[in-house]
Amino acid sequence: MNVRLYVLQRATAAIMAPLVIGHLIVIFYATSRGLSAGDILGRTRGSVGWGLFYGVFVLAVAIHGAIGLRGILAEWTPLKSKGALDALMWLFGLTLAALGLRAVMAVVL
Amino acid sequence: MTGMIEVSLWRGKADGRYQTYQVPQRANQTVLDVVTWVQRNADPTLSYRFACRVGMCGSCAMTVNGRPRWTCRTHTSKVIEDGKLEIGPLANLPVIKDLAADLTRFFEKWQRAKGVFAPSKTRKDPIERISPASAPRIAADAAIECINCAVCYAACDTVRWNEDYLGPAALNRAWTLVNDVKDAGNKTRLAAIAEAGGCHACHSHQSCQEHCPNKLNPTASIAGLKRRTMQAYIKGEL
Repeated sequence: MNVRLYVLQRATAAIMAPLVIGHLIVIFYATSRGLSAGDILGRTRGSVGWGLFYGVFVLAVAIHGAIGLRGILAEWTPLKSKGALDALMWLFGLTLAALGLRAVMAVVL
Repeated sequence: MTGMIEVSLWRGKADGRYQTYQVPQRANQTVLDVVTWVQRNADPTLSYRFACRVGMCGSCAMTVNGRPRWTCRTHTSKVIEDGKLEIGPLANLPVIKDLAADLTRFFEKWQRAKGVFAPSKTRKDPIERISPASAPRIAADAAIECINCAVCYAACDTVRWNEDYLGPAALNRAWTLVNDVKDAGNKTRLAAIAEAGGCHACHSHQSCQEHCPNKLNPTASIAGLKRRTMQAYIKGEL
């Protein structure tokens, strides 16, 4: 891991820390109030705030997770080629981002 | 003190094996004394490395009962288990023969980490006065007593997983120079240790400080390098 990946991973961790807490609060709130799927969608549809909250969360997770996976592959598998490691990191990160943003759009739009 | 120690010594290269010897136990006997006894009394073909015998030169490190140690300052009475000692070459390094590990790669990494002083003055300039109480000098002092024994390198999990990793000793050396106000090489040094295999590869397992015979803390030095390189990167200096 070079300094650029290190800074990106630490920065996304710092972004995720409060978002994880917010996400847990949302889960506890929704379950304790017994909100239905319709109730939740009623609150999230058209909401710029929820779109930003989970959009940023997804992007931070995609960057953080992809860099972490690159480190695991480099240290725990025979894969040593920088090009292959970078390619897998990008593939994993873009896949996570695409799947996550698709889910965010489904509840916001 | 009398009796015998059952000593298993690594013989051969990487594909070698342990061979057992019976060595008389003595008072105040070090692990290096045991190895020397075997070479002088049982098998003169045994290869190992030592020089000063007083913990200054860093030549005699070996793996003793699974743990890297400086053998000249390790008493057998403190490490012996069930009357047995198993002594092998340092881990994470190629074996030359028997107990002698090849340190070439270890010192090449010191070069890669720019562990060489880069002078900022000529001999005509007055000698700069450095206050022992200044923060950079205190940071350098805390890390400077490294004897290059490679015990930390042999103990490091990250070195084992990532052959490109510079390792605790080279990075600790770089940290002393980063804090040397007379040194002019920090730009290239920080760039070298900010690359893949540099300080950011460290997982902070702290095996280096746990095993360092001189009680240094390379993990803290590496953490300092992480901070310093991150600041330089954010400022656009890297």
